[in-house]
Amino acid sequence: MLDYVDGSSLAGPMRELFAVDVTAVEGRCAGCGLAGPLANLRVYGHDHGPGVVGRCPGCDEVILRLVRTPTDAWLDLRGAVSLRFSM
Amino acid sequence: MSPGFSGRRQPAGPKLPPGQYLTQDFPVLSAGPTPRVPLDTWEFTVITETGERHTWSWAELTALPAEDVTVDIHCVTKWSKLQTHWRGVPIATLLDDVETAADFALAHSYGGYTTNVPLDDLLDGQAWIAYEFEGEPLAPEHGGPARLLVPHLYFWKSAKWVRGLQLLLEDEPGFWETAGYHDYGDPWREQRYQGD
Ligand SMILES: [Zn+2]
Repeated sequence: MLDYVDGSSLAGPMRELFAVDVTAVEGRCAGCGLAGPLANLRVYGHDHGPGVVGRCPGCDEVILRLVRTPTDAWLDLRGAVSLRFSM
Repeated sequence: MSPGFSGRRQPAGPKLPPGQYLTQDFPVLSAGPTPRVPLDTWEFTVITETGERHTWSWAELTALPAEDVTVDIHCVTKWSKLQTHWRGVPIATLLDDVETAADFALAHSYGGYTTNVPLDDLLDGQAWIAYEFEGEPLAPEHGGPARLLVPHLYFWKSAKWVRGLQLLLEDEPGFWETAGYHDYGDPWREQRYQGD
């Protein structure tokens, strides 16, 4: 059984923060340099964890973390070199 | 007057921290792939603030005097599980011969997870390196071969797959503590998030 789901599951929680569909945004991994749409991430903690953790499909490093508290959203993107938005 | 309610009693249940509900299962929460650590390469290392290292192999850890403890555990995602049985080595035993002036500890896990706990909260019968749960070896999905057990704090502090403690003079927030979660995490004061 897989313990993660694919990055398309980020669409819902990220829609609160961004006006674009982030799953099509291209991210580059700070760990191994792999680039690809966020939809390709491996997403852990999606069902009832403390937060959502998106990991690189190439090296398993954390690229994105999103924690939703009752009053705030915390977004950590330190594992991403860049996010490329197609305009 | 609302006679319909007059005969109703509060269910006589155990007292839970605020906002928690009781569960009989043991939910598995993950932030990454489950590490599989073979016992013949497993190590636990304490690194002091001066860089001094103390390392135990699996055989050395399990040869130390262990304790059987029965504790309630409280997850920040709001489930609580009562009267859970664990076996493990008290952190105080591991720190017996460790020379340190540290006030803080950062637990490190196989797989990269970290969490911070004040050193005082790991001593005096409050924390263990646990390797058995309900009489069985601790399963990988619950943090086996060994996890930190600090039951008086929210369960994210009880790092699964623990591989060491870094002793520090200054507090250093860990994985969830750098993403909005409370630095200390006392369930009885409902310290879930920063600012609680
Ligand atoms: Zn990578």
